[in-house]
Amino acid sequence: MVGIVIVSHSSKISEGVVELSSQMAGDVKVLSAGGTDDGRIGTDAIKIKESIEKANDGDGVLVFADLGSAVMNAQLAIDMLDEDLQKKVLIANGPIVEGAVVAAVQASIGNNLEEVKQSAEESKNMNKI
Amino acid sequence: MITSDILLRIIENMVNTIKENKDYLTELDAKIGDSDHGINMDKGFSAVLEKLPSLKEKDCGTILKTVAMVLISKVGGASGPLYGTVFLKGAAVVQDKMEINEEDAVAIFDEAIKGVKMRGKAEKGDKTMLDALIPAYEDFKDSIENGEDIVKASYNAQKAAYEGVEYTKEIIAKKGRASYLGERSIGHQDPGATSSYLLLKTIWKTLDEI
Repeated sequence: MVGIVIVSHSSKISEGVVELSSQMAGDVKVLSAGGTDDGRIGTDAIKIKESIEKANDGDGVLVFADLGSAVMNAQLAIDMLDEDLQKKVLIANGPIVEGAVVAAVQASIGNNLEEVKQSAEESKNMNKI
Repeated sequence: MITSDILLRIIENMVNTIKENKDYLTELDAKIGDSDHGINMDKGFSAVLEKLPSLKEKDCGTILKTVAMVLISKVGGASGPLYGTVFLKGAAVVQDKMEINEEDAVAIFDEAIKGVKMRGKAEKGDKTMLDALIPAYEDFKDSIENGEDIVKASYNAQKAAYEGVEYTKEIIAKKGRASYLGERSIGHQDPGATSSYLLLKTIWKTLDEI
């Protein structure tokens, strides 16, 4: 099953997104990598790397990131992974709340990494009103 | 020639420079960013200071790589992965070497800039640290190629970086949080370019004192 990692500057945001998306798909590994290790606003490539490793059960991991350095640190985290795992990790170019919920549902029904990523990215076109 | 001992002294002085300029860098960032540049850099470099005793007798590659990993894990903002990449790319050039010669120094500078461009997807003129680093690299490389010693070359590099910082006042930010401000970012110098200049100045000052 595809795993999911949520990267945010705020650990409250990433933990909240994990909580929300896990509610929709309990079996999927959705992990939070938010804030710095001393509780400040920011992102931490090492924490992201470790979360990706934990979220992977062989079918790869989709990463969601919020602003600026979150994306940069997610890319750096991927560069630091073992080569085999590197090929199975993608960053979703989509919103982290809606995207993560869609991705969790898609992962839970056994879709592959590319399919989960595509569905998550389509969520940016969802109409709310 | 920069021995591993001198390299450690440069890094220790960098820690002090960042600490002394913590508030200044944060004030600059408050004008066009998220007011954390000085705080973040100081967090990272203070953590580097704790690692320095364990790096005595180590090769230059190990020293630079250790600094990189600490900055990556401790800084928190975009400057973590960016400065982390600078040191990581530099580490690869001098892996297992106990000293950095002039040629290595040019190569470290070159690799570091390529790394920052790749990681930050930025170019010269985007109002980033590259506006200090690229002119500094160009003057450093020219100086070495013209037979200047490493002290004079690093003096020229920090001077070019200073002029690069001044230039960032005139341009619009295209990267990072400041890019949300558009025209309003004009008139303010870039905090990242400023910290890059301060670090380059520290390299020159350390070498000049030896």
